Amino acid sequence: MEFAELIKTPRVDNVVLHRPFYPAVEGTLCLTGHHLILSSRQDNTEELWLLHSNIDAIDKRFVGPLGTIIIKCKDFRIIQLDIPGMEECLNIASSIEALSTLDSITLMYPFFYRPMFEVIEDGWHSFLPEQEFELYSSTISEWRLSYVNKEFSVCPSYPPAVIVPKAIDDDALRKVATFRHGGRFPVLSYYHKKNGMVIMRSGQPLTGTNGRRCKEDEKLINATLRAGKRGYIIDTRPLNIAQQARAKGGGFEQEAHYPQWRRIHKSIDRYHILQESLIKLVESCNDQTQNMDRWLSKLEASNWLTHIKEILTTACLAAQCLDREGASILIHGTEGTDSTLQVTSLAQIILEPRSRTIRGFEALIEREWLQAGHPFQQRCAQSAYCNSKQKWESPVFLLFLDCVWQILRQFPCSFEFNENFLIMLFEHAYASQFGTFLGNNESERCKLKLQQKTMSLWSWVNRPSELSKFTNPLFEANNLVIWPSVAPQSLQLWEDSEAYLLK
Amino acid sequence: MEHIRTPKVENVRLVDRISSKKAALGTLYLTATHVIFVETAPDTRKETWILHSQIATIEKQATTATGCPLLIRCKNFQLLQLIIPQERDCHDVYISLIRLARPVKYEELYCFSFNPKLDREEREQGWMLIELSEEYKRMGLPNEYWQLSDVNREYRICDSYPTELYVPKSATAHIIVGSSKFRSRRRFPALSYYYKDNHASICRSSQPLSGFSARCLEDEQMLQAIRKANPGSDFLYVVDTRPKLNAMANRAAGKGYENEDNYSNIKFQFIGIENIHVMRNSLQKMLEVCELKSPSMSDFLWGLENSGWLRHIKAIMDAGIFIAKAVSEEGASVLVHCSDGWDRTAQVCSVASLLLEPHYRTLKGFMVLIEKDWISFGHKFTHRYGNLDGDPREISPVIDQFLECVWQLMEQFPCAFEFNERFLIHIQHHIYSCQFGNFLCNSQKERQELQIQERTYSLWAHLWKNRADYLNPLFRADHSQTRGVLHLPTAPCNFMYKFWNGMYNRFEKGLQPRQSVTDYLMAVKEETQQLEEELEALEERLEKIQKVQLNRTKVRSKQSEPSKHSGFSTSDNSAANTPQDYSGNVKSFPSRSPSQGDEDSALILTQDNLKSSDPDLSANSDQESGVEDLSCRSPSGGECVPSEDSGKDRDSDEAVFLTA
Repeated sequence: MEFAELIKTPRVDNVVLHRPFYPAVEGTLCLTGHHLILSSRQDNTEELWLLHSNIDAIDKRFVGPLGTIIIKCKDFRIIQLDIPGMEECLNIASSIEALSTLDSITLMYPFFYRPMFEVIEDGWHSFLPEQEFELYSSTISEWRLSYVNKEFSVCPSYPPAVIVPKAIDDDALRKVATFRHGGRFPVLSYYHKKNGMVIMRSGQPLTGTNGRRCKEDEKLINATLRAGKRGYIIDTRPLNIAQQARAKGGGFEQEAHYPQWRRIHKSIDRYHILQESLIKLVESCNDQTQNMDRWLSKLEASNWLTHIKEILTTACLAAQCLDREGASILIHGTEGTDSTLQVTSLAQIILEPRSRTIRGFEALIEREWLQAGHPFQQRCAQSAYCNSKQKWESPVFLLFLDCVWQILRQFPCSFEFNENFLIMLFEHAYASQFGTFLGNNESERCKLKLQQKTMSLWSWVNRPSELSKFTNPLFEANNLVIWPSVAPQSLQLWEDSEAYLLK
Repeated sequence: MEHIRTPKVENVRLVDRISSKKAALGTLYLTATHVIFVETAPDTRKETWILHSQIATIEKQATTATGCPLLIRCKNFQLLQLIIPQERDCHDVYISLIRLARPVKYEELYCFSFNPKLDREEREQGWMLIELSEEYKRMGLPNEYWQLSDVNREYRICDSYPTELYVPKSATAHIIVGSSKFRSRRRFPALSYYYKDNHASICRSSQPLSGFSARCLEDEQMLQAIRKANPGSDFLYVVDTRPKLNAMANRAAGKGYENEDNYSNIKFQFIGIENIHVMRNSLQKMLEVCELKSPSMSDFLWGLENSGWLRHIKAIMDAGIFIAKAVSEEGASVLVHCSDGWDRTAQVCSVASLLLEPHYRTLKGFMVLIEKDWISFGHKFTHRYGNLDGDPREISPVIDQFLECVWQLMEQFPCAFEFNERFLIHIQHHIYSCQFGNFLCNSQKERQELQIQERTYSLWAHLWKNRADYLNPLFRADHSQTRGVLHLPTAPCNFMYKFWNGMYNRFEKGLQPRQSVTDYLMAVKEETQQLEEELEALEERLEKIQKVQLNRTKVRSKQSEPSKHSGFSTSDNSAANTPQDYSGNVKSFPSRSPSQGDEDSALILTQDNLKSSDPDLSANSDQESGVEDLSCRSPSGGECVPSEDSGKDRDSDEAVFLTA
């Protein structure tokens, strides 16, 4: 398919661009295969380059011959274009609509993007699982790197290499995989050097209604416990949801079969509940009426901060069990690809000083989100302005970044990166010239040959000129565990991200 | 002392608000001025001191098996929950505190016994730190339009006004007296702020006694005189800060607001700020939300919304913004009033002045602003802040709201203010503490009669002496955004106004950010300064050594060679040291961050060496640990012990994360 077929009108003159907090600009509007460009053709005036993939929704309005297109972006910006001529306006609108909703991943911009910068370090090789394991290997003798999933045959959403207890062989892993949702058998997420305790993550056990059990699964989990020690299983779902899951073949670990483990249920919401929360939040942020009256209740009704509080609380609980109780932990929800990852990665932010550095945070995203199979493609397909109500669209990753921001705000000197770094990651997760966040898991990324065909976000970010924008000047390496406050008084709306208008 | 029934109670427990499981055992003392709780734990012996004047309410709760709980709420938002073993003791403490917290005469207040060990001269100088006459001079007054009037000498016309007032030159004594008779409590229009750039001014007064139809020629002339004192504009704004309904209701009582038809060329405007009773209730509701034990996000946001507090803050800010815009953009003068013109008027005039005038955004300028718009113009401190036993319906957080407006502005303009949040918090504390005389009484006249300046100390001198604690390291006086008028976004967003956690929860350390950017930056700044001083000292020494070396080489030309490589370790025998090494290392010090310094043995060596030779610089090592102190606090936030592993707080963590 040629992009030209979709572009009904490639160019319109005398278009006026309105953006919040900027003066209006008049110029020429151009459509390319991947960008919407507005240029005033004057020196010193900023041009607009907008990726079509960043467009969440568009509205059209007509007043006489003047057409107006309102573009709502996935990064929450709202842009208005005044286009003279109804036909041009209609053509532009339908072209944008078509170009911003292309089905095929391989038509996305990262496959066409040619970097203008010199690649110093190929980001695709910056955080190999082997290297990450290497960092641990001197301290952990009970664990091994397994390639049981080399062909993605055991678990399609896992990477080829995973860290598992040494005592468990690959055959056993294959058996355990059949007992866990999506084949996601328990793997190592984090090793706490201080006391040798670990965080593991997995999918829910497929106990079903008749209480199925799996000896290998029990053995695997118990292999992580020291003699006489107990562990905690944190189920991110409330008990009733976990019980209901049994009817669909899922379930939770029965005490009788896992006597050394204590189960804790939390309630982190998922899917469209989060998406609706985001939609409501952005809607109330965009409400320009100068009336304080309903603002706080609208904020409350969006539930966004409630989600933040719940996720942070669960992560703190996990960190506390590990660091204070000296217990190992297994975390899962249903699939183990969303709330599970929020909790495991935030727990590491709290516990592990390295994850608060730029490099370490990138490694964390690589390990706990990309490799761990968070379905970015599905979750970030649409943002706050969509009305498709697809179950799989959900701002899970944004909530994670928001939680990191909350901790950063409470410990402003303990992070090597700043708020801009988090915002940048959010933007690239939703629309990017880089291939890093394409696809839903490693298997898909391999098939797409992203490493050969696209550029890694890390190749760009990790250059000194970019890094300087994301570095926190207050940073002072802090080797301590940082315990954030999760009280409502201590949590704030992340306005710079949520309300893009302020930027 | 006669009010203290029992001076000491043992085995009292102080309950931790965040996790009620934890309570500190200790002894409770009552003194003439303070309630003191001393923990028994031998390693801490932590002391909690509460001034009687800070006590807002005392609540005795039902006796339980463990003892008799006593809840003390303070005006600075501290909340103390004590459990006293014996009911009888609890009752005695309760009765004593009830009396001690509500003194009946000024002489009982702390400021009359507080002695900071300053001599008389220092005390007098302290009071002279802030001079309002200087401030009017700074504004450019008197000038061809404004003059100092002595019509209120000996408080002849208005006893709640100061004696020195600026009025338009064309306003004769006859006009002023006539106008004062037509205004509530005779608070006639007088100058609050003069905007040099365009001659526009902010004047203030109380409401006119217009009733339904009354007029007063002199009052009309007074407003005209104010308008004419600003030749750049042909009209005058009259801003009534009350809701229209309230103002209309006042007409029935013979008061009211200006009729546009009677006054020539005025533009009349209502700005609905609620009265002191609404504000008092609103704060009460908000504090109830703060007191909730582990509230959910919804509880908190709903409570905050229902309290209406942030809505009221926004109303005050909106009024200030309106006036600042009228003055700076339209070049029009503004007359502001509410009912009596000492609460909302003070809030609004000072917010507008703060937006207009960079001087008020400095440490000293802010003291001047409070002195001018609040203290001199007769804001009723004693009534509003309940310093003496009185009508509880007079109490209202009027100046608290102003301080919060300033904080909200600081959040919007982090580089525009010379002072930091702590400065506001300490001012708030002392408005209630009665430790200094500044905020005593309800008017200048009363203060003079009580001879406050002769008998008490000034807070401003105290704050000024400790100003290093109150500086904002981000302050940039010369930045385009911070120079001149502060411009808020044209379409203010709702989320501009935030809950001030640092004020209302300031004693809940666990709810505060665990690291302070301000403290960190100040430490870095101080350290940089110290290192620069060191550099200077070393360079001086270097010069001397070079001279000595030069002389020596002249004497024994080749013998000094071997010592050239001895480097830092021998720097104590300074003469033997080599200049080249010194300067090479020394030069790079200031550019280093403290953290790098830690690993740099060369730096540490130098500091050690310097310590031994120059005791003045020994503060250096403290400085570094000071930076470390900021790093991490225990989750319950009990105290700022920078322990590697704050294991003691296990219980509290659980409480926080499990119950939440």
